[in-house]
Amino acid sequence: MERTLTRYIRALRSAGAGVSTTEAMDAARTVEVVGWEDRGVLKTALGTVLAKSVEEKAIHEQLFELYFSREAAASAAAEGKPGEGGEPDAGQPGGGEAEPQAGDGEGGEGGDPVEALSALARGENPGQLAMALERAGAAAGVDEIRFATQSGYFVRKMMEQMGIEALEARLMEALSRRNAEGDAEAEALMGARSALQKQARAFVEARFEIYGRSAQDAFMNEILAERSFGALGRSDTERMRALVERMAKRLAVRHARRRKVRDRGRLDVRRTLRANAGHDGVPFDIIWKIKRKDRPKIVAVCDVSGSVAQYVRFLLLFLHALKEKVTDLETFAFSAHLADVSRPLETLPFETAMRAIVDEVGSGGTDYGAAFLELDRDFGEVIDRRTTVLVLGDGRSNYSNPRLDVFKQIADQAKRLVWLCPEPATNWGSGDSCLLEYRPFCTLLTHCSTVTDLERALDEILMAYD
Amino acid sequence: MTDMATGAETPAGLASVEAVTSMLAKSGYIATPEIATAVYLAHHLRKPVLIEGPAGVGKTDLARSVAQGLDQPLIRMQCYEGLDESKALYEWKYGKQLLYTQILKDKIGHLVEDADSLDEALHKLTGFQDIFFSRDFLEPRPLLKAMEQAGGSVLLIDEIDKSDEEFEALLLEVLSDYQVTVPEIGTIAAQVPPLVVLTSNATRELGDALKRRCLHLHIDFPDAELEARIVRTRVPGVSDRLLERLVAFIQAVRGENIRKLPSISETIDWARTLILLHADSLDPALVRSTLNVILKRQSDIAEVAGKVEALLDGGDKAGR
Repeated sequence: MERTLTRYIRALRSAGAGVSTTEAMDAARTVEVVGWEDRGVLKTALGTVLAKSVEEKAIHEQLFELYFSREAAASAAAEGKPGEGGEPDAGQPGGGEAEPQAGDGEGGEGGDPVEALSALARGENPGQLAMALERAGAAAGVDEIRFATQSGYFVRKMMEQMGIEALEARLMEALSRRNAEGDAEAEALMGARSALQKQARAFVEARFEIYGRSAQDAFMNEILAERSFGALGRSDTERMRALVERMAKRLAVRHARRRKVRDRGRLDVRRTLRANAGHDGVPFDIIWKIKRKDRPKIVAVCDVSGSVAQYVRFLLLFLHALKEKVTDLETFAFSAHLADVSRPLETLPFETAMRAIVDEVGSGGTDYGAAFLELDRDFGEVIDRRTTVLVLGDGRSNYSNPRLDVFKQIADQAKRLVWLCPEPATNWGSGDSCLLEYRPFCTLLTHCSTVTDLERALDEILMAYD
Repeated sequence: MTDMATGAETPAGLASVEAVTSMLAKSGYIATPEIATAVYLAHHLRKPVLIEGPAGVGKTDLARSVAQGLDQPLIRMQCYEGLDESKALYEWKYGKQLLYTQILKDKIGHLVEDADSLDEALHKLTGFQDIFFSRDFLEPRPLLKAMEQAGGSVLLIDEIDKSDEEFEALLLEVLSDYQVTVPEIGTIAAQVPPLVVLTSNATRELGDALKRRCLHLHIDFPDAELEARIVRTRVPGVSDRLLERLVAFIQAVRGENIRKLPSISETIDWARTLILLHADSLDPALVRSTLNVILKRQSDIAEVAGKVEALLDGGDKAGR
């Protein structure tokens, strides 16, 4: 039973719930206390010990049912095994015949292995079938399954473990006899083979749900995180959204430290005197000056013209997912001209908001100079000493005046100015790109085309406030 | 068979999960199986329970009811930003120490009178040094106080998410070993480990180290049936008809898109308010005039006030 628990913990871990060794030990003690008998109590008890957040509790709920319903079947089968000698198996020509599938391999002289296998396939003894599947699964290493595409391979391996080769040989032999009797036997064998295959497939799929599903998800996410936004298909959007949310959460936790630094060097005389008035002014409690850190304030200025729109979508998605951390966020969008789009983004669903925004700022004919001029003239007051101005755009201004004077003024006014560019560095300054001219005024100018880049850039921005 | 090495006796109220449920019911707390299991395990595994969930679902109340049910003192520590050692663990009684210094100053001449050399005088004095930092001058704060209860206690560390991260680290020793180390004296271990309950409103993510040491319990808004049972226990004067409609309405309001959802404590307050107003059923005008009891934001009140009829109707249908 101990093994059942450790394997369940392994399944939990592979499903993404972090279970530490201490927690595993606690789980073992919990089982000692509550026992295995009452499944409901066991479930809630393990839930309090192993799952330490709402997300982990959801994983536990789901996995517990999946895992222990299978485990129950397996243990029922295991109980059937010792009783095998005593309990006469109905429908089984002889008690000894169960031996070969019980895993003893080739030593089955007592009966015909092929006949036994077909009997198993006919489902005359579900307990025995479950046990045979369990053993074959363990021997084939089905628990190692990581991808849905591997299931075919594991099904075959399991069937081989169960001795399907002998059955197939018999099948070939029956077919080659080319008479009615042979055909009938072949048909029966064929039925047995496909029944077994179905059982094995169900088994492998269940295991995939327990051990493989989340590993596959993690792998897909890893690939997606490194893929350029430009190359994302429609089908990736949902997965991407979840991924962005997870990354944002991680980032928020990383920067969630109290924004307060004890400045140990400076004594707060006033507060020290007051705190020690009760001790006749003898300074028992020394109070040091505390330096408070700024809350992050981000002003995002996004180019929403066709060439960059896809990138903007994910930047905004990321920034909004960070809401918990970045409470002060102003968003401006521009193409031909600039508009404050914080409100539509907050109130409307994302897709609708984006469409409304593009309608408002006009598409085509991006003019960076005019946008910065409008930002400085109409919304100059939102940029102050603690603001990070975040520009997202390719810097392709259709040969209009880049207005470096205005840009410099914005840069001076803000705490930092970060420019994220979807184009690789080799293209900067080519054609109508003014990036190299803007570059001297930026605190950071970086290429940003994947979620990983985005996370790194935002990490860097938040770092300035830690 | 299950009691852990600490050797403490298991109170009758903690003998089984069912016993916990009925003990809590006697204290007026209706516990779900999750809650009862967590309390049961907390005692048998000697682990603190960390309770998370929205405000007003009875997190703090659970600790109070357990203390009442076990007839043990409840020692409560409210966390806040800037909470530190001297307010949570112990503090030296500075005033008393000062007074002691004064007395010592007066007596010191007398004490070292018969010493011939300075060395001898110093030797005589060293014996008195330790008295300064002894138990007599120690002012126990909640955590130390909980360790010192001979008959056991329930220690409630309320709203741990409001405290600083450094404070969490301070708690680790107390929570895993049930002991407090005072550098000048040594380690003070609990005679009977207290049952520790921590609550959090999840305003910030708690550290992994703390979470690992605790059992985790998440209390969410209750379903209609459970909520009705809770209100009935807390507000015995409520009529069945009113109770049913009131709970159905609250449940419907929780489905609305509002900022601050009403919790059980609001439901109970509302039930009390309606009884004071001698209402035995709900009508839209009454609901509108008492909305401020269950909703705490002006924008939420405005949102719900416009839909009272629909919500009452929906609740009615769900109620039937």
